[in-house]
Formats: sequence, structure tokens, C-alpha cells
Amino acid sequence: MDIQTWTWILVGITFTLYIGIAIWSRASSTGEFYVAGKGVHPIANGLATAADWMSAASFISMAGIISFGGYDGSVYLMGWTGGYVLLALLLAPYLRKFGKFTVPDFIGDRYYSNKARIVAVLCALLVSFTYVAGQMQGVGIVFSRFLEVDRTTGVIIGMIIVLFYAVLGGMKGITYTQVAQYCVLIFAFMVPAIFISIQMTGNPIPQIGFGSSGTDGVYLLDKLDGLHRDLGFHEYTTGSKSKVDVFFITAALMVGTAGLPHVIVRFFTVKKVSDARKSAGWALLFIAILYTTAPAIALFSRTNLIETVSNKPYDEMPQWFKKWETTELIEFTDKNDDGIIQYVANKETNELNVNRDIMVLANPEIAGLPNWVIALVAAGGLAAALSTAAGLLLVISSSVSHDIIKKIVNPTISDKGELVAARLSAVVAVCVAGYFGVNPPGFVAAVVALAFGLAAASFFPAIVLGIFYKKMNKEGAIAGMVVGILLMLFYMLKFKFGVFDGGKTAVEGLKKDWWFGISPEGFGTVAMIVNFMVSIVISKFTPAPPKEVQEIVDHIRIPSGAGDATH
Amino acid sequence: MNSIEQKKYWKENLKYLAILLSIWFLVSYVFGILLVDELNTIRLGGFKLGFWFAQQGSIYVFVILIFVYIRLMNRLDKKYNVNE
Repeated sequence: MDIQTWTWILVGITFTLYIGIAIWSRASSTGEFYVAGKGVHPIANGLATAADWMSAASFISMAGIISFGGYDGSVYLMGWTGGYVLLALLLAPYLRKFGKFTVPDFIGDRYYSNKARIVAVLCALLVSFTYVAGQMQGVGIVFSRFLEVDRTTGVIIGMIIVLFYAVLGGMKGITYTQVAQYCVLIFAFMVPAIFISIQMTGNPIPQIGFGSSGTDGVYLLDKLDGLHRDLGFHEYTTGSKSKVDVFFITAALMVGTAGLPHVIVRFFTVKKVSDARKSAGWALLFIAILYTTAPAIALFSRTNLIETVSNKPYDEMPQWFKKWETTELIEFTDKNDDGIIQYVANKETNELNVNRDIMVLANPEIAGLPNWVIALVAAGGLAAALSTAAGLLLVISSSVSHDIIKKIVNPTISDKGELVAARLSAVVAVCVAGYFGVNPPGFVAAVVALAFGLAAASFFPAIVLGIFYKKMNKEGAIAGMVVGILLMLFYMLKFKFGVFDGGKTAVEGLKKDWWFGISPEGFGTVAMIVNFMVSIVISKFTPAPPKEVQEIVDHIRIPSGAGDATH
Repeated sequence: MNSIEQKKYWKENLKYLAILLSIWFLVSYVFGILLVDELNTIRLGGFKLGFWFAQQGSIYVFVILIFVYIRLMNRLDKKYNVNE
């Protein structure tokens, strides 16, 4: 059977599975819709969190980024896993004990202020919308590349699926579909990795193959370092970014991960505090399987790519090369007309441009794996994109129906009414996300990376101080969040988009003006530190929080007595 | 649980956090970033050690840290009788 047929079969089976689960796990109350009735088993929650967390970017792009960046790519590996340690130790158990539905719920109650709640809702919406647009775009890309349907149709199919299970099932439906999606995506990621690891090193475990030698007895990493040196690229195992920047980007990604509302809210779905800790552990374990495999894939595919194309005649390129050329993910221009591919670091003489996404998407083809394995990658990419999109959509809809309508606009709304509002806002959110998926504004990719900076600069300090610093008051927290997010937005607009210096073209020239040599991606760490400082200083000069609030803090520090979720 | 007990429980919890987060910082920021060049002179099979910490080792340690934390806290909860 050809790849196309296999892809339709696998995508069809997985989509039917997701819809089946959605029908089986319909939500009948707001408690089920927002937090799955708080009855999810810690291992199931760990699986769901892992799928929720690993987006189209983790699945499709990350190995490619590492493949081209070598050591520089480590920021994503450490950043996107290390954040779970912060989550498990500093946030998850306490937020679960607090026992509400959303992150703005915590901020609003802990800081006894609807202003704080509104600031938190706006931050949550800003972070989630930028992120979800990227996911819908990912769905479109997978459909158009593997199934040859156009992007718009692809996004619409994806929208209908998500709409179906997010609107019907709410958090309950999302949780159990995410469990299935984790299984699909990890299988799709690991099968090609294991095949290639055996091919290149004889060892079926990619994490060990990563440090092994090839058939010629030379360690693969040493060999690739050599190839890179010969072609003029920086050495694979050492970086090109400054140490300061690597440090700050890693920190921004870690803290941002711990501050993302769609991840935090997953820890509200378990029965008790100790289960919240356990699910963080399971989640990271399931994530680590993919995250320790990705750098191995990066190494294998980079070596494979260079050995296949470098200094080889264009006419002798394998079939996959031609196929991906038509999608413009590979571009060859024979600058010196010798019919041979010169793939070098020097931009003047380099003749080959390779899109980094190809490292995962085309990897099985490059390695010559069977058709069903190639088709698996499409199903896995879709699972990764849909699971994350659903989690984000739930945050958006609960922000509107719970934090805005129930808590601010109409507190007397019935549970049934709130459930209808939640479903309607989910529908609207899916449509908006779909619109951005079809007409991606040029800034989506850039903004997704910066969503972490925004989350780090706003939520993380407010939540951590709310738990660990009893005297933190509303004045301090609000000032900290506002200053943090504005500072981050300013730095982003100035250095990522060049808004104040004549637009995108100015960005390159502005690099030398980066504060302390920190890139916009790493600036979230600075904005977070500023947030902490502003919060603490202001709280010293303003009245301490009321006694009841200090009692809430005492209450959330003790695990026992975490009852059902309350409004 | 009276307030003295509660303070003691919280203090022990903070002590665990300080120890675990120091290890968290050490394996990623120190071994994987700040001292990466120095560690890269040491080899672990086909890996340079600093590179290994940045792309593999730190992640393994993160997973272990959370499971150690779960164990420590479960014991602490039992000791102060705040487990469920």
C-alpha cells in the first residue's frame, strides 16, 4: 500500500477513536467541564498532561531545531522539562489544595480583588490565543503535506474534531482523548527513532545509540563534529550562542512552562494533593521519553542528511529529495553550475536550503523505512497539535464563562447556564483559532516562543508569592504582573518586531543593543525578576492582606482536607 | 494540627525544596551551561560530559527529583498526620 492510503487509514482510525472517547465521556456539570470532576487518576493525568504539553512544535519542530543548532538546542530540552520540577515543587500541590477551577480564580481569591482577577484573565487569554493559533497552523501543515488536501480544509477538519470533543466533553472529554493522543504520538515518535537507531548504531535504544559509534567504529557525535568543521558550520556539540543568553533562555522556558495556565489547570483535575504531586512526576516521565529521544533523532538525521547530500551529484538524489523539493522544504540552486550539491555554512557558496521541520517529517523516508511508519508520523503530528489545542481552548472558554461571566458579570448564573456559556465560548474560541490557522499572521511562530516569556513575566511570580509569601498583598501582585507583562511586551516589540525602529528589517541591527546581551526569547527571565522585585517592594509599603486571606495561605500549605472543587 | 506543628511541617517542606532545587540548578544551569566547556573535556562513552548533561543527563535527574520529592512529602505528611 502506498503512503497516502496508509496515512488516511491511520488518521481515520485515530480520529474515530477520539470521537468515540468524547461521546463516552460527556460532561454534565461545570465541575466536570472545567476540571473533569476532580476524579482523574494520577497516571492518567500524567499521560494527559504530557499530551497537553507536547505540541505540534515539540513533535514536528524540536528535533529539527536541535539538529541545526546542536548544543544551542539544549535550551529547549532543559527548559521544557525543568519547568516540571518547579511545577511539582512550587505550584501543583498548593493550587490543588486551593481547590478552584482556574488560574485567575486563584489570583482573584488570593489577592482578594477582581482587578487582579481581570489582569490574570487577560494574561491567560493572551498567552493561550497566541499558542493555539500555532497549533491550528500545525494541523493545517500536516494535512497539506501528507494528505494533499489544502491547508484550509485541513484546518477545518481539525476544528470540527476539536470542537466535537472539547465542547461535548469539556475537561473530562479532553483528558481521556489526551491519554489516547499521548499513546498515538509517542508511538509515532519512537518507532522511526528505534528503526533509525538500529540502522545507524545497532542499538535499539535511541538514547544509547546517541552516544554510540557507527559501522565505521567512530562515535557518531565525533563524526558529526568533524563533518561540521569540514563544511564550516560551528561544532555540533558546542554552541554558537553566548552563555548568558543560553542561561536566560533556559530559565525563561522553565519558568514559562510552570506558568502556562493550560498546564497548571491539569493539576486541578486529581482527587487529592498527593495525587497532584504524583501526576507531575508521571507527566515529566512521559515527556522525558520524547525529550531524550529528540536529540538522538537530531543527531541521526543531521548525519544522514549531510552524508546523503554533501558533495553528491544532484541527479543522483533519492526520491524523497525530489518529493520534498516540490513542497519547497528543500531548495537547491546550483550556483556554480557543476551539478554537485555544495552544502556549506558560507551563505555565498551554499547551494542547499533545508527547512528544519523536515528532520522529523521526512526522517523515516530519508532512512528508507516502510510506508506505514512514514504514515504514522502524520497521525502523531495531528495528535500532538490537537491535544494541545484542546487544552488551550478549555482555558480560553473557562476564562470567559467562569472568570468573567460567573465571577464578575453575573454571579447568580445557574450551573446549567454557566455550562451553556462555557460550551458557547469554546465554540467561539475554536472558530477564532481556526481563523488564525487558515490566515496565519506572520508573527505566530515568533509569538508562540514568546508566550513562555509572557507567562514567566506574569503568572509565575504572582502564584509563587501567593503561596510562599504570606504578606504578599493585592497592590504588590497587581503592580508586579502589570509591570512584568508590559516590560516583556515592550522588549518583544522593540527587539523581535522592530516596532520602534522601522519594522522587521531593523531587527538584525538591533541585536547589539540587547540589554545585557539577552535575546527577546530569554528576556522573560528578566521580566520575571523585575515582577518579583516590584511585587515585594510595593507590598512593603502597602497594607498587609486581610486576616482571612492569610488564613487561606495557611490552609493551602497543609495537604489534608482538599475537598471537592467549589465555586 | 496546631500552629506550632504547622510551622514545623512547613519548615521541613522548605528544607526539602531548598535541597532538591539546588540539585535542579546544579545539573542544568551549572553542569549543562556554566561549566559545560570544562566538563566537555571529560568523556562518557561517545558523549562529552557537559553536552550529555545538557541534552540527556539533566532530564533524567529532573524525573528522579520529582519522584524523590513525592516520597519525601508522603513520609512528611504521614509524620504530621496530614495525609489523606
